[in-house]
Amino acid sequence: MDSAVLIHRLHFAFTATFHYLFPQLTMGLAPLVVALKTIGLWKNDERYNTAARFWAKIFGISFVFGVVTGIPMEFQFGTNWSHFSRFAGGVIGQTLAMEGTFAFFLESAFLGLFLYGEKRLSKLAHWGTGVAVFFGSWLSGYFIVATDAWMQHPVAYSVLPDGSVTLTSFWGLLLNPWAIWQYAHNMAGATVTGAFVMASIGAYYILSGRQKEQGAIALRVAVIGGLLATLLVIGPTGDGQGRNLVAYQPAALAAMEAHFDTSTADLVILGQPNTDTKTIDNPLVIPKALSFLSNRDWNSQVPGLSSFPETEWPTNISLLYYAYHIMVGLGTIFILISVLSGIQLWRNKLFESRWLLWIIMLSAPLPYIANTAGWMTAELGRQPYLVYGLMRTVSGFSKSVSAANATFTLLGFLGMYTLLAILFLFVLQREITHGPVEDAAHAAEVK
Amino acid sequence: MVFTGFLWFSIISVMLAIYVILDGFDIGAGALHLFLGRTDAERRKIIKSIGPVWDGNEVWLLATGGVLYFVFPQLYASSFSGFYLPLMMVLWLLMLRAIGLEFRTHINDGIWAAFFDAIFSIGSLLLAIFYGAALGNIVRGLPLGPDHYFFLPLWTNWTVGAHPGVLDWYTVLSGVVVLVALLVHGANYLVCKTDGDLHERARTTSLVLTPVLLVLTLVSLAATLAIHPGIVANYNTLKIGYIVPLLVFVSLIGIFIFQRARKEVLAFVCGGLYLALMLVGAVYALYPVILPAVDPQYNLTIANSITGSYALQVGLRWWIFGIIIALGYFVFLYRMFRGKVTVEDGGGYGD
Repeated sequence: MDSAVLIHRLHFAFTATFHYLFPQLTMGLAPLVVALKTIGLWKNDERYNTAARFWAKIFGISFVFGVVTGIPMEFQFGTNWSHFSRFAGGVIGQTLAMEGTFAFFLESAFLGLFLYGEKRLSKLAHWGTGVAVFFGSWLSGYFIVATDAWMQHPVAYSVLPDGSVTLTSFWGLLLNPWAIWQYAHNMAGATVTGAFVMASIGAYYILSGRQKEQGAIALRVAVIGGLLATLLVIGPTGDGQGRNLVAYQPAALAAMEAHFDTSTADLVILGQPNTDTKTIDNPLVIPKALSFLSNRDWNSQVPGLSSFPETEWPTNISLLYYAYHIMVGLGTIFILISVLSGIQLWRNKLFESRWLLWIIMLSAPLPYIANTAGWMTAELGRQPYLVYGLMRTVSGFSKSVSAANATFTLLGFLGMYTLLAILFLFVLQREITHGPVEDAAHAAEVK
Repeated sequence: MVFTGFLWFSIISVMLAIYVILDGFDIGAGALHLFLGRTDAERRKIIKSIGPVWDGNEVWLLATGGVLYFVFPQLYASSFSGFYLPLMMVLWLLMLRAIGLEFRTHINDGIWAAFFDAIFSIGSLLLAIFYGAALGNIVRGLPLGPDHYFFLPLWTNWTVGAHPGVLDWYTVLSGVVVLVALLVHGANYLVCKTDGDLHERARTTSLVLTPVLLVLTLVSLAATLAIHPGIVANYNTLKIGYIVPLLVFVSLIGIFIFQRARKEVLAFVCGGLYLALMLVGAVYALYPVILPAVDPQYNLTIANSITGSYALQVGLRWWIFGIIIALGYFVFLYRMFRGKVTVEDGGGYGD
């Protein structure tokens, strides 16, 4: 591979992966904070307002990091992928511009009011600003997913005389069948992150014996939210996303499953794909299950990689395969944890089940891994194309930006993001140590 | 199509002007932060005066970028890849600035506060210079090739020639002009939002720097005419345009007069007008070119960069709708946080 295109890919992959650590938490926490706020308003229960205030603070920290690492994403379309931008800007520029106009203005205006305007607003108005932030963050997610969906499954465009594409149907772009499932799947995944982080910190408070009441509130809301989200990740959203692959990217699906020859297809649970012998080493499979999942028919034929020319194969099959399997494996573990926690909560035994609280506390990083692996699956599966079927990745990078210049800024981002990661963990740790109640006492003191 | 092109050219110019006016005052206040805020309470006041609004102000940059992207994909592709190095540095500065600004309020103790103060203030100061240099680059012209692409090194030989760098004497001059302009604008904002010693210090800053800005504006105007005599072509075709540079100087004098008369809001408004008029003056000279090349046959113009007409029509519909709502948010937000800031409550930057 030409080294410039490799550096530009790494540049985008690294900055996008790091960026998405933050929005998945903010988008995931948003509905949970609104739930806390709603219960507080409904029951006039100050403990829930205290909880909402604390979680809004965690949301706010993650939001700032999401904003500052998000600006480079919009810039990089132009800086590192200028030939792609020249080609596709007339279509995907629409969704990016709409994100700024409809979602970012909403979020930025109301987050300040939500975090710092509680005393200036009525209770209902303050609740309203929380809902506006929730709505804004989820709207922003839609425009980004719709942008990616167009690259996965281009629709609603025509080609201009100069070879670039332009939009032909506004609703066609926004209601891309790929976007709808991908969005639902992605938002369920983000909610898993929000719920698991909230549950983890709640479990920490109970296990450490401080802020037990707030720990219990966090756990109760997060376990219920997490159970819903983990189930929605699998069905219908994960299944819907899979069926999009069957319809529009069968070569990507074959590579994700390491399904080499067209046949009735087994579902591989574990094993290493061997691209030389075109078999799976150390396989653990569910016979014919992939045939069923793809076509709802246990004996249907699923096209294997060999039925596609090698020029259409994703460029990194083993990484794609592992990313996909890590995502699915973790998703299964999340269901186990969530169902167990749900049962214990229902039996009123969750707060005494120390073994389960330990599992919950230590699980917080796992949804981050699963969400990252999920995006890697989507984007590695899209290869060798930048816009599926229309533009190859090797044609899209900025040819005027040399590999050396791109390496320079990649190193710069590595350094900058190391600093940001340390700061994030440090600030987060301080807030967790302060905790919701001390925080409230502090606020009362300064009133 | 000529009208549609003109319309979008105007829309993007207006959005950019709003961005410069709004983020301009918080960048300016940030650059002054270390120098004007002498005590912890004063520094917290400065941060609190921009805390609830800076993020919304910065969204105008993203929204402008997004609209630019879909209306003129070629311009986005050419300019962003050509300005690769300075843009990456702008990104890093935006990060440092935001982190310093936000976490100053979270971790309000000794050595951490000093660290966050420094990255916030130095980040803001360098950002102002970079923005000015970028504007200078566009006015000077870029080494666009027949394929519409270019790549600028950070500097070459510091002269305005056939092989320019991002930084040469002319763009450095632009950087200094914009820095001083944003310092004045930021000082005017702080005069409005604070009281006591800080208020007086900000007022003095504005009164001292405004005459400096007047001189620098004249020098940069002369320099622009020297390196680029053809830049007045549009002005000579449509002479009414000459009113713009005239108003630039009127607005500068307005800042000084109103600041002396302690009419702080009017002084701030004049500062905003100055920034807007400087931009209007530049785009008036450029139209219909959107990215001037050193060799004019490779200019990017509205006609050779614009996307298809359906996308523009549908874009206009949602844009009008969206921008009206966004302006509504801003009116609401600024009204909620109007008035002078106080730091008695110690907590976050609201109340």
